Amino acid sequence: MLLLKDVRKTYREPDGSVLPILDVREYQVGTGEQAVLMGRSGSGKTTLLHVIAGISKPDAGVVRIDGCDIARLSEAGRDRFRADKIGYVFQTFNLLPGFTAIENVMLGMSFAGRSADGQRARKLLERVGLGHRLNHRPPMLSVGEQQRVAVARALANRPKLLLADEPTANVDAGHQQQIIDLLRSACREENVTLLIVTHTPEVAEQFSRVDRLEDFNQAVALA
Amino acid sequence: MSLWKIAWRSIQQRALASSLTGISMALGVMLVVAVLVIHGVVNQSFMNNSGLGYNVVVGAKGGRLDLVLNTVYYLSRPVENIPYTYYQEFTEGRFKPYVDKAIPICLGDMYQEFRVIGTTPDFFKQLDYGGKKYEFAAGRNFEPDEYYGAVIGATVARQAGLKVGDEFQPSHGAGPDAHQHDPFTILGVLKPTGTPNDRGLFINMEGFYLIPEHAKPLDDEPAAKPHSEGEHHDEHAHEEKHKHAERKHDPAHADETTADHEKDHAHEPAVAKTSDDSPPVDKHEDGDADAHKHPADSAAKDDHEGHEHAHDKEHADDKAHDHEHSHAGHDHGHDHGHDHSHGHAHEPLPVEQREVTAILVLTASVGGAPPELMAPGLLKKVNKENLAQAVLPIREMSSLFTMFVDPMQLVLLGLTVLIVIVSGIGILVSIYNSMSERRHEIAVIRALGAGRRTVMFIVLLESILLSLGGGLAGWLVGHGLIAALSPWIAMQTGVSIGFMQFVGYELVIIPGLIVLASLVGYLPAMAAYRTDVAKALSATP
Repeated sequence: MLLLKDVRKTYREPDGSVLPILDVREYQVGTGEQAVLMGRSGSGKTTLLHVIAGISKPDAGVVRIDGCDIARLSEAGRDRFRADKIGYVFQTFNLLPGFTAIENVMLGMSFAGRSADGQRARKLLERVGLGHRLNHRPPMLSVGEQQRVAVARALANRPKLLLADEPTANVDAGHQQQIIDLLRSACREENVTLLIVTHTPEVAEQFSRVDRLEDFNQAVALA
Repeated sequence: MSLWKIAWRSIQQRALASSLTGISMALGVMLVVAVLVIHGVVNQSFMNNSGLGYNVVVGAKGGRLDLVLNTVYYLSRPVENIPYTYYQEFTEGRFKPYVDKAIPICLGDMYQEFRVIGTTPDFFKQLDYGGKKYEFAAGRNFEPDEYYGAVIGATVARQAGLKVGDEFQPSHGAGPDAHQHDPFTILGVLKPTGTPNDRGLFINMEGFYLIPEHAKPLDDEPAAKPHSEGEHHDEHAHEEKHKHAERKHDPAHADETTADHEKDHAHEPAVAKTSDDSPPVDKHEDGDADAHKHPADSAAKDDHEGHEHAHDKEHADDKAHDHEHSHAGHDHGHDHGHDHSHGHAHEPLPVEQREVTAILVLTASVGGAPPELMAPGLLKKVNKENLAQAVLPIREMSSLFTMFVDPMQLVLLGLTVLIVIVSGIGILVSIYNSMSERRHEIAVIRALGAGRRTVMFIVLLESILLSLGGGLAGWLVGHGLIAALSPWIAMQTGVSIGFMQFVGYELVIIPGLIVLASLVGYLPAMAAYRTDVAKALSATP
């Protein structure tokens, strides 16, 4: 499902020098697999997720998702691909405050080239236990509820790959497990490949596959 | 979810800033609409009204535009007069071949803020407005022999609270020095015409002449003091005994005038001014049909048919007349309790003492050709003489609009368009300022799969929604304002403007606003377009 090969990504520092962030020889995740990626701060976890999602373009290498090397796509092509095939759950939820819960979920459907499916949005919110909060705006929801809306939004387009960037970091301990369970069960039900980035050992130890970025990112290893 | 809805939600999220920029746009558009509609409708109405069944106006030499404004719109100050005999040149003299209709009008008096127009019944019989005949909401037209009969316009009736049967006294000029004149009785109220005639009080020209100071002094009498607003002179001029063996008479009364008619006495305005409240009394010694009736009797007759004859007769029997004169072979006794007659009869003013302010002429149609073809010939003939001038009202009004009103409208329109542009810049500032706080939202939308062009388009839609929303509100308020001011405009100009009165240029407002919104939205839209998604997502929301 996901294959990274010889992926390199650098940033230019203010003084003009080049700062290598990613140098990944190879990294794979199979279809329907659920994997955890751990790493220390600044190890390039978020950058790696951005490259996989097509938000950032690597300087070099192959980023193949569901058979498509998105590194070779134009920005617009990557946007379309992301809308179609990738779900993204952010650490800070990133719900739009002016939209209700169901509108936030439908917003995730708006750019995939298909008409928004209100019925699916409703079912997804019911699936994450928010059937009674459809028309509530994010400020009226608890943080746990907000993250559940974000999960529903990420699943809205039936993605092939779901990326979660520290999804429990801003959620209280009581709701962390609820979010992880929700992500895992939902991805299993829809056969979605799941890649979670986390700092939390309690989360990581629940997954059969846990990778440390430092182990395969040469840029960090050499730093 | 449509992009429109996404844009609308964004506007809602910034409700206060959006409302303020929308209001600013609304005010700008309101002013544009007001300028366009008022100018367009007034322009149209002025042009329409400059053809009220005639195509040439003849009046004293002087300002051509003044003549048109006076005689067609009853605006401006009255101009000089021309001799009545000159008017007769149009009805039976050398200009006759050019003329189909010629209606005289006499100006100079007011009733409250409304102009009083002396004319003949033909004004309403022969002229029309926009191809429509004048109709009466109440009562009827005055007859030639109803010297003190009057017809009033709809606006006058409404605003002055006058109705059929009421009397009014025209006054000359305005302010404390205004002279009060003889009362006229309202015989008819016109239906609204949307023309300046709605603001006029039309009195029988014969009665107008009998009003003090309206008679032109004869050459052999001492010069009377000139009138403040025209060539009306002291009414005592016609007190003198004067033979009128050769005079021509008003065509309306030509059959009533004898060649050797001697004016024993005339209307006594000094007496008439000392009005009393006694009821009108008409005396018809021989019951002649040609006797000059007081219109109050006629008006009352309309309402109380069968009663008034007895009343008249009773008074005729009871009351001896103070003055009587022979007129068209009839002895005529006329005694009114009103100040204008006060027990003496009326006699038409001699032609030599008559003047008219203007003549409304419809040129003759020769061989089926349009009457306009005869107008240049008539203009040439009249204007080569020194006595009077003939003008084409439509041409004068076109000149006025071209030289003065159009540039003024252009200036006003320029200013209001500037206001709209400033409002547009307000939208730009509002959206652009919001971009820094919205950069994160834009990045989220991008992360959900929206392309650069999509977020750019969403911001442009926001700008368009704000502009169109504000513009629509401004359009409605503008038309509402115009409708609210309509009575005032109608009073000032005689032109009625309704809420749903549109001008073609208004159709430009919507595409204009879209273009403006696109221009002012372009900068923030480009900011959205250039948003670095990865960087904005990393920033704390």
